[in-house]
Amino acid sequence: MSQLALVIDLNVCVGCSACVTSCKEWNTSGPAGFMSDDNPYGKDPTGTFFNRVQTYEVGCFPNTETIHFPKSCLHCEDAPCVPVCPTGASYKREEDGIVLVDYDKCIGCKYCSWACPYGAREFDEHQKVMKKCTLCVDRIYDQSLPESERKPACVLSCPTSARLFGDVEDPESEVSVAIREEGGYQLMPEWGTKPSNHYLPRRKTRLHIHEDELVRADNPLKKEERQPSAPVDEPTLDDSTSW
Amino acid sequence: MNYSPESEQLDNSHRIEVKNTTCYMCACRCGIRVTLRDGEVRYIQGNPDHPLNQGVICAKGASGIMKQYSPARLTKPLLRKQGADRGDAQFEEISWDKAFGIMEERLSHLRETDPKKFALFTGRDQMQALTGLFAKQFGTPNYAAHGGFCSVNMATGMIYTIGGSFWEFGGPDLDRSKLFVMIGTAEDHHSNPMKMALSKFKRNGGRFISINPVRTGYSAIADEWIPIKPGTDGALILSLIRELIAQGLYDRDFLVQYSNSAQLINTDEASDEHGLFIRTESDKEPGCFDPMNELWWDRHTDKAVKTHTEEADPFLLGEFKLEDGTPVKPAFQLLKEQVEGYTPEWAADVTGIPADTIRRLAHEMGITARDEKIELPISWTDAWGKEHDTITGNPVAFHSMRGTAAHSNGFQTIRALAILMSILGTIDRPGGFRHKAPFPRPIPPCAKTPKGPEGVKPNTPLGGMPLGWPADPDDLFVDENQQPVRIDKAFSWEFPLSAHGLMHNVITNAWRGDPYSIDTLMIFMANMAWNSSMNTTEVRKMLNDKDENGEYKIPFIIVADAFQSEMTAYGDLILPDTTYLERHDVMSMLDRPISEYDGPVDSVRIPVLPPKGECKPFQEVLIEMGSRLKLPAFVKEGGERKFRDYPDFIVNYETEPGSGIGFLAGWRGKGGEKFMKGEPNPNQWKMYEKNNCVYQYHLPKSYQYMRNWNMGYLRWAQDHRLTRYAEPINIHIYSEVLQKFRLAAQGKYPGKQPPQHLRKRIEEHFNPLPFYSEPLESQLTDKHKYPLNALTQRPMAMYHSWDSQNAWLRQIHAHNYMHVHPSLGAKHGFGDGDWIWVESMHGKVRCMARFSEAVEPGTIWTWNAVGKASGAWNLDGDANEARKGFLLNHLIAEELPAHESGEHISNSDPITGQAGWYDVRVRVYRANDDEPKETWPQFDTMPAVPGTGKRRSWQGFFAGMFDKEAK
Amino acid sequence: MHPAFSVIFLTTLIGVGQGLFLALFTGQSYAAAKFLPAQNGTDFFALGSLIALLFLMAGLVSSIFHLGHPERAWRAATKWRTSWLSREVIALPMVMFFVFVYGVMHYMSWDVVIFVTSTGVEFNLSLLVGALGSAAVFILFLCTAMIYAAIKFLQEWSSPLTIVNYILLGAASGFTLATAFSIYTAPDLVDFFGAWAIIITVMAFISRVASLIRNARIKYKSSIQTAIGVRHNNIAQKAQGAMGGSYNTREYFHGKTAVFLKSIKWVFMLLVFPLPIILLFAGMEHSNGKVLLFAFMIQYLGLLAERWFFFAQANHPQNIYYQTV
Repeated sequence: MSQLALVIDLNVCVGCSACVTSCKEWNTSGPAGFMSDDNPYGKDPTGTFFNRVQTYEVGCFPNTETIHFPKSCLHCEDAPCVPVCPTGASYKREEDGIVLVDYDKCIGCKYCSWACPYGAREFDEHQKVMKKCTLCVDRIYDQSLPESERKPACVLSCPTSARLFGDVEDPESEVSVAIREEGGYQLMPEWGTKPSNHYLPRRKTRLHIHEDELVRADNPLKKEERQPSAPVDEPTLDDSTSW
Repeated sequence: MNYSPESEQLDNSHRIEVKNTTCYMCACRCGIRVTLRDGEVRYIQGNPDHPLNQGVICAKGASGIMKQYSPARLTKPLLRKQGADRGDAQFEEISWDKAFGIMEERLSHLRETDPKKFALFTGRDQMQALTGLFAKQFGTPNYAAHGGFCSVNMATGMIYTIGGSFWEFGGPDLDRSKLFVMIGTAEDHHSNPMKMALSKFKRNGGRFISINPVRTGYSAIADEWIPIKPGTDGALILSLIRELIAQGLYDRDFLVQYSNSAQLINTDEASDEHGLFIRTESDKEPGCFDPMNELWWDRHTDKAVKTHTEEADPFLLGEFKLEDGTPVKPAFQLLKEQVEGYTPEWAADVTGIPADTIRRLAHEMGITARDEKIELPISWTDAWGKEHDTITGNPVAFHSMRGTAAHSNGFQTIRALAILMSILGTIDRPGGFRHKAPFPRPIPPCAKTPKGPEGVKPNTPLGGMPLGWPADPDDLFVDENQQPVRIDKAFSWEFPLSAHGLMHNVITNAWRGDPYSIDTLMIFMANMAWNSSMNTTEVRKMLNDKDENGEYKIPFIIVADAFQSEMTAYGDLILPDTTYLERHDVMSMLDRPISEYDGPVDSVRIPVLPPKGECKPFQEVLIEMGSRLKLPAFVKEGGERKFRDYPDFIVNYETEPGSGIGFLAGWRGKGGEKFMKGEPNPNQWKMYEKNNCVYQYHLPKSYQYMRNWNMGYLRWAQDHRLTRYAEPINIHIYSEVLQKFRLAAQGKYPGKQPPQHLRKRIEEHFNPLPFYSEPLESQLTDKHKYPLNALTQRPMAMYHSWDSQNAWLRQIHAHNYMHVHPSLGAKHGFGDGDWIWVESMHGKVRCMARFSEAVEPGTIWTWNAVGKASGAWNLDGDANEARKGFLLNHLIAEELPAHESGEHISNSDPITGQAGWYDVRVRVYRANDDEPKETWPQFDTMPAVPGTGKRRSWQGFFAGMFDKEAK
Repeated sequence: MHPAFSVIFLTTLIGVGQGLFLALFTGQSYAAAKFLPAQNGTDFFALGSLIALLFLMAGLVSSIFHLGHPERAWRAATKWRTSWLSREVIALPMVMFFVFVYGVMHYMSWDVVIFVTSTGVEFNLSLLVGALGSAAVFILFLCTAMIYAAIKFLQEWSSPLTIVNYILLGAASGFTLATAFSIYTAPDLVDFFGAWAIIITVMAFISRVASLIRNARIKYKSSIQTAIGVRHNNIAQKAQGAMGGSYNTREYFHGKTAVFLKSIKWVFMLLVFPLPIILLFAGMEHSNGKVLLFAFMIQYLGLLAERWFFFAQANHPQNIYYQTV
């Protein structure tokens, strides 16, 4: 059994949206055909994307955290979008756990999207089928690509390498180690969907200064103290007594 | 369908091509690999073999497809229709022959009569070596790129201090740093490398502090965010310097050896040499370097000795008397005195940062620098011949950009930053700041403009560089009345060190005829009728303004651009440029290469697609015009054309006949066996093409650090003609250059003297040591009426105004909000998402408020240049960008209100001419309910110009089918 | 959720059809038990079945507008093991089949007595078909309702009340229509159907009000904290990554004000329950077919509003991710 998934590191994501458009450019010309855009040059432009980056603010000034939050299909282990599909177009692959839509079987009833608590699916208004992240299934097994590039487009593009990709069922994989060691968590655990994608939280590096570090033997100011020898011609004890 | 990788390969394999080139969706210049299917772009990915981005790409880079196929692309040369006004965007198509004919006739006449009547100003181009060469050859001083309104303070403030700067010139060594402090940077130049480095740095356990009024972008992932009031960074930095000195947390050894800290300065106020270094005889021929003939006061012998005397250990503090009775102090003593009043408590009031935080920040920097010291086992020899077994590093790194630069006090702020970095001992050392070739440069760099109007002569190349680095008042480019020779008044007494010019004042100056009128203004890829101009509404009127004879005040405007920007509406002649995927380009060592810390790197673009329509790369326009005008560099002795085209020019042009120096550094010499210097190589392009379009040279390890003082490196740089002199470049803690201008203002310096009304301004601002002053605009504003600061930031997914025509990127940023702290809404009675007015003393805009807890409450901000004029960039008239998006520029004036320094003084740094974008003060109030729910001001909808594409109501891009479907 | 009119019409129209068929079968059952006089097969049962069938077909046609690819609709029957939608796709034609056969049997008088009780009550084959058809009707009600009730994180829907409401509201509208229908075809049965229509409408009122009360008290399990996995009391979304909107903003938000939503609630509470009951009384009292027909039309109109509200009120947890443009 294996379960491919993304692990998204919120500790380094700067919200650049590289993953958003890399995904779109790879998939719009992919085997399943274009991802449409409506009003591309007009009012309220809108289109089909598999992945979006959102922004949240946590806390109040000045203790505010700005969190950039990429979201795509989480490829749930217990994906609620699969059993509800009346045609079997929405399916989860046995071999690697990727949740896919067979666009030739999809009747466009949108029921699967209703059954996803994460809003991960998007209906293509011009192909009239439901679409979603495929983990770039057309890249990751493509033997004609160098092995280092057999990754989802979003992962390849990410400038901060905030997107890790691998098998979360393999305890030694990079993603499993990251989840285990960096506090990886799942979204909306309350629904028992067991999302395969995990998120890594913000981690803080702090510096604690001890007073000893401020009072220093090597303080360079000591070298600046000018101690000229006292002048020879000023009065001394010798001038007033002979003992 | 079922996914099987084979299925795609089967139907694709015979129609796929893969080509490497360099991205240009922003100024970052990442290597990209472009996959084409049936001649259409299928995939643009980061080139994994490219040193700059190592395979990654950003949102813009990955949306290059939508730029390539944008309906906003200009595809035909256009001439303004007879009878149509500028701004109406009424054009007729013409041929290139006709376009060249019009330009040739006009420009040859100007060159024969008065070359300065031709002005060439360019935007975010990456060919300043060529555009600058063209201007110089033409003989006009009126040339600059956009640096004056971008970040010239960052360049000058640091280069006049450490001989290098951030971004292309150098940066933080995050591989080895332990503490990284970012000041005034949201997401900026060199963005992908910075993102990569930040993530690696954080994962290695580094501590990242961001100082910024706003927490977005990089600041979001900082371990600590320190909100600061805009324009007060200098106060903070000076206070940090004070605390570091008071605590003795500075790197004394570094300062003694590698800076002018210990050098003695004449403190006799009565002397004409007041504030200058005491110098002894030098046995060196004078040149563009520091002869190192200053004095130290030796601790051991308690007397003055020549700087860098063996065995001497100078005092950094104290006051002394020379044998002739001259009172002197070391520069560091003057620095200490200068910052004495900048206590953390004082700075807390100015910056809004608690004094304890400032103190802690200083301690974190100082203790990390001293206790986390790095010793690399790399031996090297310093410029004085001393051998070192190791390279030392103090792992505190900084990065800063427009947030500190775009203020009228930015130069001194950034000089303070460079000094902070220097006293921590972090310059060109591991874990600190690292230079990138061809930096470091001498302080100041050697390039100079002509010194007067005699440098501008008909039919003659300019008698100097159009832009340069003045070392003293005599280097100013002024006439006998001390008036500017350049149209933008650069290198005049108003902005003496304006190394990048003042593009933001060109239109206003030309319109007013101050200092003179020009005839032809050529603008390349700069949106001067919108986001690149301050005071946008008025500038648009000036572009269209006529004199009493009905003639345009700026008689002829040529606009070269790839897209139907707002500026194109104001052109008389429009030249359609190509996209970056359709042209040759070079990222040259003569301009701003993509060098890495460990050695020089330059790169090229090679077309992956043919030009669309009649698009022509602007470089080809310049080569053609240079040949037609018979500019010496572009023609043979007999006057016939020398270069077939731009690629031919790149290969065969040499800076001087036989110099062996050309635009590209890699694979020079007949067979490509040389680099930096060597004969032209006819196969140079091929070699770049084979090597990912990039040439990289790794310096030997021992040349990679301490390059200001590294004998090995300096000689290497001299041998490879990066520099003329292999002399050490000591850090200017104390700037004698600035002091010379100050002395001139005081009437003490021989030579050029400032006009009376500017003396006080020069004397105040040309302080040889950094000081804090409130930004000029703030000083001249009623701050009770306009209490807030207003800023813009560039979003990561947009490059200034470029990307609203990009169908994918505009879905991410379709319009912009004014981000305000909720307390402002509570105070002025508006809610999140409400329409508000934002007003400065220059103008007002109506926009939508977005509440944010991630902004300093006295600051409001918005994304830059998302707002568009209706119809521009070939968007529908009711596009969100025009109806909900807005431009902050309407609130910002290009000139200061009349004050004691004059009437039409640019709203810029008085030292460098850097545009003071972030100095504007504003107030906010709720828009009435009966007002239209759209932004104000609005402009008439710009029609689509001939040759632009059809706007589809919907589209589904599929490489190989898209354009066919359109036909 | 964004209420889709195709689905509103689908569920309300087939509800009427199903309810009407239940009424016909109830009438026949009562008649067989001699509680009611027997009716003419052609006029009453056949025509009634035809009308029920027309409603069911109209619902089916309406559903087609909901599909992106109706030409592939046949595929929807394949996943009946897991999908309530698939089960509905099977159950709906099944109901239509029984209604059709039931109607044809009555029309053609193809009927035989298959069983006689000791008390002399005759069980016809048509009664058996009617019983099977009624079972199918209940299965269809269950399937339709379970499409919504089975989505556990749509907490407004995920309740047995959803099933009860679908059955009762469909039955109420069917019996109201049967009352109006019977005044023209079987005047003897008007009071019988009218009484049942009123009883079922009252029951529907009770269960719908119960669900309204329940939904007003829902404690949502998902929050912005669980959605992004950050524990803090003060979290606000600042950008959703798509300023011009997206499928997520179109499909899951009704886009109307809270006031509008509330007024729709009062509209349907009035149109579905008290008004039809008053009109039914009045129609029966005066034997006025037009008033009875009006009662049905009013109730159906109310059901459209009820169904709109049913969708609009449902709060999808994905909306947490789409709070701010």
